Amino acid sequence: MALQQTTARVIPDRLLGPIGRSAIRWETLLLALSAAIFFANALASPYFLDIWNLSDATFNFTEKAIIALALAFVVMAGEIDLSVSGTIALASTAMGEAASAGFGTPALVAVGLGVGAACGLVNGVLITRLGLPSIMATIGTMSLYRGLSYLALGDGVLKDYPASFGWFGQGYVWQALSFEFACFLVLAALAGLVLHRTVFGRAVRAIGNNAFAARFSGLAVDRIRLILFLLTGLAAGLATVMLTSRLGSTRPSIALGWELDVVTIVVLGGVSIQGGSGTIPGVVLAAFVLGLVTYGLGLLNVPGIIMSIVIGAMLIGTIALPILAGRILAARRRP
Amino acid sequence: MSGALQINHPSDAEPAALPPPRLELRGIVKHFPGVRALDGVDLVLRPGRVTALIGENGAGKSTLVKILTGIHRPDAGEIRVGGRPVSFASPQDAQDARITAIHQETALFDELTVAENIYLGHAPKTRLGFVDWSAMRARATALLYGLDAPIRPWTRLRDLSIAQRHLVAIARALSIDSEIVIMDEPTAALSHKEVDDLARVIERLKGQGKAILFISHKFEELYRIADDYTVFRDGRSVGAGRMDEATHDELVRLMVGRSVDQVFPKVPATLGEPVLEVSGLCHPTEFDAISFTLRRGEILGLYGLVGAGRSELCQALFGATTPSAGTIAVEGRRVAIRSPADAVRAGIVYVPEERGRHGAVLAMPVFENVTLACLGAVSRHGFIRSAEEFRLARHYAERLDLRAASLAQPVGTLSGGNQQKVVIGKWLAAGPKVVILDEPTKGIDIGSKAAVHAFMSELAGQGLAVLMVSSELPEILGMADRVMVMREGRMAGLFERAGLTAETLVAAATGNIQARSDQP
Repeated sequence: MALQQTTARVIPDRLLGPIGRSAIRWETLLLALSAAIFFANALASPYFLDIWNLSDATFNFTEKAIIALALAFVVMAGEIDLSVSGTIALASTAMGEAASAGFGTPALVAVGLGVGAACGLVNGVLITRLGLPSIMATIGTMSLYRGLSYLALGDGVLKDYPASFGWFGQGYVWQALSFEFACFLVLAALAGLVLHRTVFGRAVRAIGNNAFAARFSGLAVDRIRLILFLLTGLAAGLATVMLTSRLGSTRPSIALGWELDVVTIVVLGGVSIQGGSGTIPGVVLAAFVLGLVTYGLGLLNVPGIIMSIVIGAMLIGTIALPILAGRILAARRRP
Repeated sequence: MSGALQINHPSDAEPAALPPPRLELRGIVKHFPGVRALDGVDLVLRPGRVTALIGENGAGKSTLVKILTGIHRPDAGEIRVGGRPVSFASPQDAQDARITAIHQETALFDELTVAENIYLGHAPKTRLGFVDWSAMRARATALLYGLDAPIRPWTRLRDLSIAQRHLVAIARALSIDSEIVIMDEPTAALSHKEVDDLARVIERLKGQGKAILFISHKFEELYRIADDYTVFRDGRSVGAGRMDEATHDELVRLMVGRSVDQVFPKVPATLGEPVLEVSGLCHPTEFDAISFTLRRGEILGLYGLVGAGRSELCQALFGATTPSAGTIAVEGRRVAIRSPADAVRAGIVYVPEERGRHGAVLAMPVFENVTLACLGAVSRHGFIRSAEEFRLARHYAERLDLRAASLAQPVGTLSGGNQQKVVIGKWLAAGPKVVILDEPTKGIDIGSKAAVHAFMSELAGQGLAVLMVSSELPEILGMADRVMVMREGRMAGLFERAGLTAETLVAAATGNIQARSDQP
C-alpha cells in the first residue's frame, strides 16, 4: 500500500496559478495604493492630470529610485548600504572640481560615475575582505565621503558646469518624457530581469536567505557581495550626475539624508530587511507611491512638516496593515 | 522524593495490572493548510512506564508533542490528564498540567548559568521578593545530584556538552515537578556512554512514578529504555503494545510497511580506478596526516567518536576550511581547493551534517534549492530557463521519492528526511565525481533512511565515489566497502568490509587496541 503510493506520487510544480499567486502579493497592495493615491490626487487638484506637471513630479523621486533599484539587491543579499548620500557628495564635489579645471561634459559624467563606483568598491572591500558588518562599514564611509567633500569645499559652492551638462537633469528624450525618468524605466526593467530571471539574481536571493548554504552550494558569495556594493556605488554615481546637472551646482550638503529615503523606498517595496525576499516591481511601485504622495500634497500646498507626518503614517500603516489583517484572519479561523 | 512508589512491572504482570493512565489521548485530529498532520491518533502514558513513540518523519510525532505542550490546539479529540479532560490554550496550561517536553534543541539559554536555566521563571524567592540565589544553587545541586550529573550549577550553559545540556533540561523538568515528561529524540547527538547515562536517569524517573514519552529512531535504545510502544504512520496510530512482546521487524513493518533488509540495500560493488587521492592532509588544530584513496564505485565509511575530526576533514576536502599541508588529487590530477566553489568545480560535493544551516536554503522552494548548485545547466547566457529548471527539479524529486505538496513548497516546511533528499538532489544535479555525506541519516526516519541508502548504493553502482561519515554502526557496517576510523584527529585504522565487526570499530575509535590496518 505504502509502496504503491510512493511510486504513483506526482508532485505538482506549483499549487497556485499565476492569478492566485499575484493576488496574495505585497505588490498588489502597492498597486492598489498607488492607484488610490492617483485618483485622490486627480480629484483633489485640477492641475494634477496635466502631463507636464506629472513629468515634473517624477524629478522628485527618480534619482532616489535609481539608487533604490541597486540597494534592493544589497538588502536582498542581507546587507545594507547607508553611504549613498556621502557617495553623492563626494562624486559631485569631484565633478565640480573637474568642471572648474575645464573638463567637458563627457569627462564630467565619467568622473561622477567613476567616483561613485570607487566609493562602492571601497565599501565592498571593507565588507567582503575585512569582514566588517555592512551597517557599520557604510555608516563609517557615509561620514567619511561627505567629510572629504566638506574638506574640499568648506562653505564654498562649485558651479562652473558647461551648459551642455544640464541635459542629464533637465533634458527630455521625447515629449514630456525626461531623460531621468526614461533612464529609470530602462534600469528598472533591467534590474527586474536580472533579479528575477538570471542566475545572478537567484544567487543574490540565496545569499540573503542563508549565506552559509549558498557558500556550501559553491556560490562565490563574497564576489557577488562585492559586485552588489560596486553597483550601488555606480547607481549613486549616476544619481549624482543627474542631481548635479539638475541643480547646476555642488555644495557639500548635497543630498543630505537621502539614504533614509532610499531605504524607505526599498522597504516599502516589500524587500525584507533581513534579506532573501522582495521584488523589483515592488520597489518601483513604492517609488511611485512616495512620489505621487509628495507631489499631490505639494499641489495642495501642504507644508513640508505635515508632508513628512503623512509619509511617516503611510509607511507605518502600509506595513502594519497586512500584519493586523493576518492576525484578525487567524483569530477568526480559530474556533 | 517518593522512591517507595514501586510500579516497575514484575515479570508476571498482566496488562490488567498496569497502573491507570496518567495521560490519555483519544482521536486527536490536527489539520494544517494542505496537510493532514494528525488524523485520529490515540496514546496512553502510564506512571512509572516509558512509552516509545515510533514513526517516520512526517508521521505526526512532532505535531503531537506540540499539542501536548500547548503550542498547537487539536481540531478534534480528547486529552485526559489523570482521568480528567483538559484543553491547553497555551504552553503555560500544559505546564500547569505538569507536562514538560525536552526537545531536540530544548530552549535553554547559553549565557545563563545551569541553575538559572533550571529555575528560569520559577526561581525561589526571598521574603523581599528577590531571587534567593543560595536556595536556587542548593536546590539545583540537589537536583543534579539526584540525576547523577557531574555538573556545577553555576557553570554557564555554553560551556556544557550536548549531553550535559540534556541533563540540565531534565533537571528543569524535575524542578517544576512534572508528572509527564516528553523526550523528543534526546539521544540524537549523544555518544554511547552518554546514552547509557541517560538510560540510568530515565530509570530513576520511572522509579519516581513519572510517565515518560520517549521519541527516538534508534531501535536498540527503544528496546533498552521503553516499556510500551505506540506506532504512528501518516498521522494515524497503527499499533501499540508492550515493547518486550514486539519484534524489531514487526515495529519496522508497522512504521513503513516494508521489511528491514530494505533499510541497508547494499549492492556488491565493483571498484574502479582511484577518483580521490588524499595524502598527508593536515589541519592546524583539527586533524593530522590523513591519507586515503577513494575509488570509483566505492563507499568509504568514516567512523569515529564525536570530536575525532571527521566533519573537519570533510569540510577541508570541500574547501570550507583550509588545510595547512597535504595534497588532494581528483582522477589523478592535483587540485587546489580553496573554496567550496573550487571543490564543486573539481567534482567534490558535500552533504553537511547541519541541513538547515549549511545544506538547504529553508525559505526557498524545493526547485530553487535543487538547482542552486547547477544553475549553469538550467540557464542560457545567465538567464534561468524556468521549464528546464522545473524538469530537472522534478527528475530528482521523483528519483529520491520526495514527499512535498509541490515543487514550489519552501524546503523549511518539509520533514527532516525530505529536506535531506532535497540537499542530496541538489548535489546530484551538479554532476559530481565524489560525494561526501556527513551523517546523512542523522535524525531521519527509517523510510527516508532506506531511500537515502538505496540511493547511495545506486550512486556507487554508477561509478561515483562516496565518503560517508556516520556515528551509527549499523549504517557503517551495512553500507561501507571499507571503513576508515579516526581518533583525536588521526587515522586509527582502515578496515575492509569482510568480517568487520562493531567491536573492532569501537575499539579503534576509542583507542582500546592498537590501530590495525588491513594492509600488512
